[in-house]
Amino acid sequence: MTEVIINSGLQLVLLLLVAPLLSGMIKTLKARLQNRRGPGVLQSYRDIFKLLRKGMVIPETASWIFSAAPYMVFGTATLVGLMIPMTTTHAPLSLFGGVLAVVYLLALGRFFLALGGLDTGSSFGGLGSSREMTISAIAEPAMMLAIFTVALGANSTNLSEMAKIAVTQSWRFLAPSQMLAFAALFIVLIAETGRIPVDNPATHLELTMIHEAMILEYSGPYLALIEWGASIKQLVLMTLLVNTFFPFGLSSDWTVQTVGVGLAFYLAKLFLLACLIVLVETSNAKLRLFRVPELLMVAFILGALALISTFLF
Amino acid sequence: MSMSPVGATFVLSLAAYSTGACASLASWRKPALARYICCGAALAGAVLGGLAAVLGILQGTPVRWSVPSGIPLFAYSFSYDALGGFFNLTLAILAIAVSIYSFGYLKEFEGRRNIGFFGFLFHLLLLSLTIVFTAANAFLFLIGWEVGSLAAYGLVAFYHEQRESRQAGLLYLIMAHADVGCLLLGFALLIQGSGSAEFASFHSAAAQLSSGRQSAAFILFFLGFCIKAGVIPFHIWLPAAHPVAPSNISALLSGIVIKAGIYGMTRIFLDSLGGVPSWAGLVVLIVGVVSAVLGVLYALMEHDLKRLLAYHSIENIGIILMGLGAALIFRVAGHPQLAGVALIAAMFHTLNHAIFKCLLFLGAGSVLHSTGTRNMEEMGGLIRPMPVTAFCFLIGAVAISGLPPLNGFVSEWLTYQTLLAGFGAIGGLTRILFPLAGSMLALTGALAAACFVKAFAITFLALPRGAEARNAHESPRTMLIGMGWLALACAALGLGVTWFLPVFDAMTEQLLGQRVVSHLVTDHGLVLSAGMRTSGTVSPAIIAVGLLVLVLPATLLVAIGVRRFGRKRGPVWDCGLPGLSEENEYTATAFSKALRMIFSVLYKPRREIQAVFDVSPYFPREIHFESEIEPTFEKRLYAPLQEFIFRFSSRMRTIQAGSIHAYLAYIFVTLVLLLLFGVRK
Repeated sequence: MTEVIINSGLQLVLLLLVAPLLSGMIKTLKARLQNRRGPGVLQSYRDIFKLLRKGMVIPETASWIFSAAPYMVFGTATLVGLMIPMTTTHAPLSLFGGVLAVVYLLALGRFFLALGGLDTGSSFGGLGSSREMTISAIAEPAMMLAIFTVALGANSTNLSEMAKIAVTQSWRFLAPSQMLAFAALFIVLIAETGRIPVDNPATHLELTMIHEAMILEYSGPYLALIEWGASIKQLVLMTLLVNTFFPFGLSSDWTVQTVGVGLAFYLAKLFLLACLIVLVETSNAKLRLFRVPELLMVAFILGALALISTFLF
Repeated sequence: MSMSPVGATFVLSLAAYSTGACASLASWRKPALARYICCGAALAGAVLGGLAAVLGILQGTPVRWSVPSGIPLFAYSFSYDALGGFFNLTLAILAIAVSIYSFGYLKEFEGRRNIGFFGFLFHLLLLSLTIVFTAANAFLFLIGWEVGSLAAYGLVAFYHEQRESRQAGLLYLIMAHADVGCLLLGFALLIQGSGSAEFASFHSAAAQLSSGRQSAAFILFFLGFCIKAGVIPFHIWLPAAHPVAPSNISALLSGIVIKAGIYGMTRIFLDSLGGVPSWAGLVVLIVGVVSAVLGVLYALMEHDLKRLLAYHSIENIGIILMGLGAALIFRVAGHPQLAGVALIAAMFHTLNHAIFKCLLFLGAGSVLHSTGTRNMEEMGGLIRPMPVTAFCFLIGAVAISGLPPLNGFVSEWLTYQTLLAGFGAIGGLTRILFPLAGSMLALTGALAAACFVKAFAITFLALPRGAEARNAHESPRTMLIGMGWLALACAALGLGVTWFLPVFDAMTEQLLGQRVVSHLVTDHGLVLSAGMRTSGTVSPAIIAVGLLVLVLPATLLVAIGVRRFGRKRGPVWDCGLPGLSEENEYTATAFSKALRMIFSVLYKPRREIQAVFDVSPYFPREIHFESEIEPTFEKRLYAPLQEFIFRFSSRMRTIQAGSIHAYLAYIFVTLVLLLLFGVRK
């Protein structure tokens, strides 16, 4: 039990620190690719710190749901982060919730955030909530198919077990089923983290906002929690991708050396995935809302093909 | 009759319901008295019934008793076994909630409606359900079934002065009789094989049926029970009947009456019918998937709160059928342990859906009681005048969306694990269906979450959209207690699932010859696993604790910030235009617009906008907006069917000349034909 708590503590620190860094890195990389200087890698930390030191304005129309949502977003994202293997194959809480719990806990956070968006009575909030729930709903089957493909290979939905199996066959990602599943999950990642071409995290234009519209009325520490939670969620989903498909550097024992190597590999893999996301974001225009289902349908078909190819290969 | 404690409490609960029925009817002239008798006797019967169920489940071995009736093939045979006990437990949990709730709810009936007659029907419904779940004779089962249908008809059409109620009642009556017709034919096949109507005799007789007859029996029973359970495409009575019935009755209809269909399938397919055709499980699974996805898609388009909930019942019955179908497939394929897990997933979801759907209907009833409307577009902001109702409804909404750590999540999790295991256990191409069904379950879950964001937010959050919502008030305390009891059950069955699961051991042993719960619970009863510790584990209790532990420092962080830098209330951003009003709010129709467009192939939406303007079309004086979706099943399936029946019966009118001689001749000819048919054998 004490081991679980110590591990959780360490991973929690890692989670809380790396998540804003990753967001900042993506922003900077994107700026560089667009010939801008960009805000600097540490900007997300500064944002969170500044928001925590701001006064808060709560809309007159809001009820307690509005206040509960930031905690739910933050709580579910961090809890999910403890169920996912980051630097070693062992995730502190993986016994208490596998990949299904991860998906559904993220859905719990989203459920409350969508309620929070509608709670203010502002049309923007409703618009954001409606779009967010719609897109996540049609992203879900593709996500599950891709996850099932990996889970069926490992014969488990427990993420630590999946990582252990993955480590024994590091080059498995070359198998067609794994590549297809990766492609499907990558599209879902784009949709779930609200990135171009599905949503634009940098916009505040009414017609195109999704996530930003939902949190338009939040300010101060609540907004800090939501932004922090969102970046942790992004980290979690990216970790899920890099560690299940490219388990390099993961080891099953706990020594200073293995953890150090694991951490280095982990950060490098995250960096590469971030580069991929930035490339996609920069080279694509945002899709019209009603074209997004087509993109997610592609993800679904990729997931289904991944599943079928586990038969064949 | 054996007088074991189970038998004694069971008979006492039957007696309480019977007495309640008669006493309510007798006291109809004194509304207040009738109300106390109706609710009090139901509460007593439910508590006794629950006690009998708990005793019966603890005891493990089935209790049987039989009283001969003197009529051939018919006997008052009861069998109190694990399966019946489980459904009686479900019934008792709901009946306790509904009878407490009704103390307050029926008060507004006083002086306006006949509470005595309502109580009579209400008790008759509870009594007949109890009998259905314990009957061990086909005819006793059918009598219970039919009485239940008639009582439910009376209750659906209780507001009989409204045309809508009468029509819904009639539709329900027709569907209920199509259903009982199928069951009668199905039982006839079994009785013909065994020469007896006792359930116990079916098992060996069914095994000797030819495969054609076995398939026919399966199809007949499946049709019959699907109609009762409201499975697509036989679902049309649900969204018609649920909204017009009094809300406490809608809660029972969705909570337990449609579950009688699930009970019947489990009883007949897994117990009486011995073996079902090998394709049967696949049919059940696929029908389940279709029902789940279409059910939730139709629910999304509703802005009548109770119709929306009715469509969600169709969805959840679909999820239950996925588990049940998997159980049938695994049993035929020779994996009794997997079949056990699948059966537990199905039965646990049955119980969970009963509880949270009953809770949601009672919540909707509380809203309806306070605002007088079922139309969500006229509600809003009810969380302020009705905080307890809102909180209970929220618990139900989280549970039905399958979100952790409540009970809906646990049974959906078990269903996922079952489907995943199916891929490994079943050979051939059909196994691809399992993960596909799993992905459709994911779609269903996510759409349900979207739908309940809509249902909760439009009803309870933001600004009131109508005068009724502005003047809303909290419901009487008894109604809140009834809902609170179910909300508590949602939390308890989620967090404490590992302590509850042993309830299913006796059931799986009886139906499949396997105890499986010990494989499902590991790590000192804290963790639920999917059969093996490595295959997938979850612990709702730890998830809840973990959430609390992680939210705590966040709360501190915010508290410090608020203390130092302040917090104030301000107006919502209104784009600089003066004042945000309820007209700016998102509506239920607007919320589901995106999905309406995406799934327009299914919905075939139609909208009509008429603007009246003086000078320019950009400054309309008034706008008339109409939007509807095509009710596909009603239009494409039932309307032609109805037309055919009408045309057929108008042809048949020629032989209905109204002359008594002709009728006597018909009777004579029929008699002679029947005699010839009988002598031939």
